Amino acid sequence: MGIAHEHELHQRRRGRNIGVGLTLAAFIAIVFGLTIVKIGSGDFGTANAPQQGQVQNGN
Amino acid sequence: MSDLTTNTAAPAARASEYDAQFGDYFALLKPRVMTLVVFTAFVGLLAAPVPVHPFVGFCAILFIAVGGGASGALNMWWDADIDAVMKRTVKRPIPSGRVQPGEALALGLALSGFSCVFLALATNVLAGGLLAFTIFFYVVIYTMWLKRSTPQNIVIGGAAGAFPPMIGWAAATGSVSVEAVLMFCLTFMWTPPHFWALALFMRSDYDDAKVPMLTVTHGRRSTRKHILVYTILLAALAIGTGFTSVGGPIYLALALVLNALFLKGAWDIFRRDETLSEADNFKTEKSFFKLSLLYLFAHFGAILVEAGLARFGIDLLGAW
Repeated sequence: MGIAHEHELHQRRRGRNIGVGLTLAAFIAIVFGLTIVKIGSGDFGTANAPQQGQVQNGN
Repeated sequence: MSDLTTNTAAPAARASEYDAQFGDYFALLKPRVMTLVVFTAFVGLLAAPVPVHPFVGFCAILFIAVGGGASGALNMWWDADIDAVMKRTVKRPIPSGRVQPGEALALGLALSGFSCVFLALATNVLAGGLLAFTIFFYVVIYTMWLKRSTPQNIVIGGAAGAFPPMIGWAAATGSVSVEAVLMFCLTFMWTPPHFWALALFMRSDYDDAKVPMLTVTHGRRSTRKHILVYTILLAALAIGTGFTSVGGPIYLALALVLNALFLKGAWDIFRRDETLSEADNFKTEKSFFKLSLLYLFAHFGAILVEAGLARFGIDLLGAW
């Protein structure tokens, strides 16, 4: 005998809960993917880091 | 009185017995309208001269679609009363009692905020701002204000549906150019004849809902004239777009054929009277409406083909 008895409400809302779960999983995948792409393309440079050219000119 | 009580009690009773499913919430986002939004935004994104990373492009289109869907949910929340009396919309989630109005409002607001913020983060602030303005325009300017107050509702409200290619373009380039404005104008000018043709053969729906469509306020003869005038202006614009950087020989050839057919359809509608239309159950008006769907998809499809050819370095006419 299971510890938790599944309520009838869980059965009625199964489709909805699966849909919400998949949507949240897709959201996580999108945020992760965007982060990888943005970091890979150099969009997230450190704000105060001097550019290479500026360092060379300064020397 | 008893009728009113029955009408309002029925959805409430149904709602208490029914748990909204995921599909009911998805239906609030007007998936059929979303296909137009997705397609035109995709064309705007790919026609832009700046290449976008495929995953960023996919996310941009997704967020634009979600934003369009959010405005659809807010539209259904506000228009639940008139949706309940129109045959075309009576089965929508709110009038059928499957979703509560408050749920539609919450979903619409949440997805509006989410889509604009994430589009701005994924691409740029201009694209996010344009999406926010589009949602505001569709929900506040069109749905809440113009739809029930002026017969020009479709003309001005059509701007909301015309923004997606401009947002796609802005997502890629970070700016708005003449080409983006022309793609906007194409959908903007297409919307009135498309919807007025629908209003001609869905007359009782708009009458019953007391929506001041041109057919109701100015009569059906005037609507037929308006369709012809807007179609002439649209044809000039659509063919003119062929001579810009988003056009080309394929676009121009297609535009010439489709606009000739569209003008012929508008002329036929103009020449008909109500007796003739009712005799054949609005055959010409219905075929014009169907053609209008093909018209827009084909024009944007041609822009997409031209963009694809340019990207692969294929130049059909050399110095086009």
